[in-house]
Amino acid sequence: MPIVFEKTRGLTDKETHYCPGCTHGIIHRLVAEVLEEMDLLDNAIGVAPVGCSVFAYDYFNCDMHEAAHGRAPAVATGIKRVLPDRTVFSYQGDGDLASIGTAEVVHAAHRGEKITVIFVNNAIYGMTGGQMAPTTLLGQKTTTSPYGREKSHAGSPIRISEMLATIDGAAFIERTSVHNPKWVNKAKKAIRQAFTVQQKGLGFSLVEVLSTCPTNWGMTPQDALGWLEENMIPYYPLANFRKPEEVHA
Amino acid sequence: MEKTLMKGNEAVGAAAIRGGCRYFFGYPITPQNEVPEYMSRELPKVGGVFLQAESEIAAINMVYGAAGSGARVMTSSSSPGIALKQEGISYIAGAELPCVIVNMMRGGPGLGSIQPGQADYFQATRGGGNGDYRHIVFAPASVQETVDIMMESFDVADQYRIPVMVLGDGMIGQMMEPVEFRDPPTRDLPPKDWATTGTGGRRDPNIINSLRLLPHDLEAHNEHIAAKHRLIEQNEVRWESYLTEDAEIVFVSYGTSSRIVRNAVEALREEGVAAGLVRPITLWPFPQKPFDELGGSVRALMAVEMSQGQMVDDVKIAAAGRWPVGFHGRTGGMVPDQHDIIKQAKQMLGEVA
Repeated sequence: MPIVFEKTRGLTDKETHYCPGCTHGIIHRLVAEVLEEMDLLDNAIGVAPVGCSVFAYDYFNCDMHEAAHGRAPAVATGIKRVLPDRTVFSYQGDGDLASIGTAEVVHAAHRGEKITVIFVNNAIYGMTGGQMAPTTLLGQKTTTSPYGREKSHAGSPIRISEMLATIDGAAFIERTSVHNPKWVNKAKKAIRQAFTVQQKGLGFSLVEVLSTCPTNWGMTPQDALGWLEENMIPYYPLANFRKPEEVHA
Repeated sequence: MEKTLMKGNEAVGAAAIRGGCRYFFGYPITPQNEVPEYMSRELPKVGGVFLQAESEIAAINMVYGAAGSGARVMTSSSSPGIALKQEGISYIAGAELPCVIVNMMRGGPGLGSIQPGQADYFQATRGGGNGDYRHIVFAPASVQETVDIMMESFDVADQYRIPVMVLGDGMIGQMMEPVEFRDPPTRDLPPKDWATTGTGGRRDPNIINSLRLLPHDLEAHNEHIAAKHRLIEQNEVRWESYLTEDAEIVFVSYGTSSRIVRNAVEALREEGVAAGLVRPITLWPFPQKPFDELGGSVRALMAVEMSQGQMVDDVKIAAAGRWPVGFHGRTGGMVPDQHDIIKQAKQMLGEVA
């Protein structure tokens, strides 16, 4: 029988530790497929974060470097400056990138560092057990906002893509989602464009991917996808915020 | 080779480039700013990269990335900045990557002062970051020795896959002395086949990592690192013993303070007091042997530091109760005075007579 489908070579065969229904698996696969399809895999160095995707170094089938919490863009900067012809990406969650690592991502963007950042926003700290993230929605209950996040106490959720889009060096900034097949396809297209920006040496690129955390949201995977669509997308609009002319085509 | 008059901080940069360093990531802080300034000017000329990071934290993590890519890379800073780098240093040690870190110490704690200090001894030798790790600490006492050590440090780091710290102070960094650049002895360096450079489709992926969730894995890794430490203790410990053969009092001092102590030793000798000096050049590993080799004439040891007493703990460990250990220290950017040292030495000899 002819083989009509194969798992991407961009992922290892290692069984992931992700919870059932978690969308990290989808996002991993999109990144891996893009790297393989663009023939960048053998040339790629990924930087793993601290958080749920801390073990990304075991799942991506390319050279990987595990960073300290929030420091992935700085580590990626060090790698890219030594190896400017390689494809360097970081894969970070919202605690890692939008809280402890804001300085690193802002300044990597500011320098126009030719790296690609995959930013997975699921509005919660997953690995540590469901604490409030800077991206947690107002009213959302977490283990450290048990009465719901209050603006007067914890501020409003941070919109990273909009913030980074104000920076000159940020060549490509797009927010996308993986809550249904249509958006999975759109997310893949955004990731491909981000890597194209890097390949063409146009500057810093980041794709924010809205993601679910059924375990810590306390929902079934199906309900979590619905919750994302109904609650996260109105606050975190899915849009491209910056795109160089070279990748419009 | 002709000698050149150079400021310590610039000599650090010149020696690093001669030692093969091609990448520098740093953040401005007094009294070491001439190091990044020199590197920003000179590294591009040799095809290297200087990058001013947004913080010391980012700088050390850029070093972490560059070291993982197999580059010869360094950062430099001063006390409060080195404190910020400790997270990164712990990761670099855990992931077993080579790099060189320069600390031109100033007074502390906190913002402290911008004058010379030696109060980061604990931080440098005990592991300022979390976890079971060590890194080599060289403490040069002159600009020439700084040059020699800088040129060799990149080889040492590569040989053991370990961070090397060069611990100077504001005095070493700021003063000018004549220097010459001499190639260090050749070392047999292992290939960097662990580096993350892209697989090129020719090998399995390399992973740079300090995380090991399974306790037996992490213990085995830490034992592997500890075995490396034992090897470094055997091979790399350095010191200078000065007039210790017949000494009744032996000072122990490093870096800038050791230069003042050397004058005190000579002055005491002129007065008929048999004084000597053990000058550790590596602070980790700390030299044990010069203490074991001291003769029966020794009645007392005295540590002299620009701190409230940090290295003195290692001197007590090395002395192992064989001699009383005195201490003389100045802090806050003050340097020890030769006459105070002499006075306290005589007092101590009187007490132990």
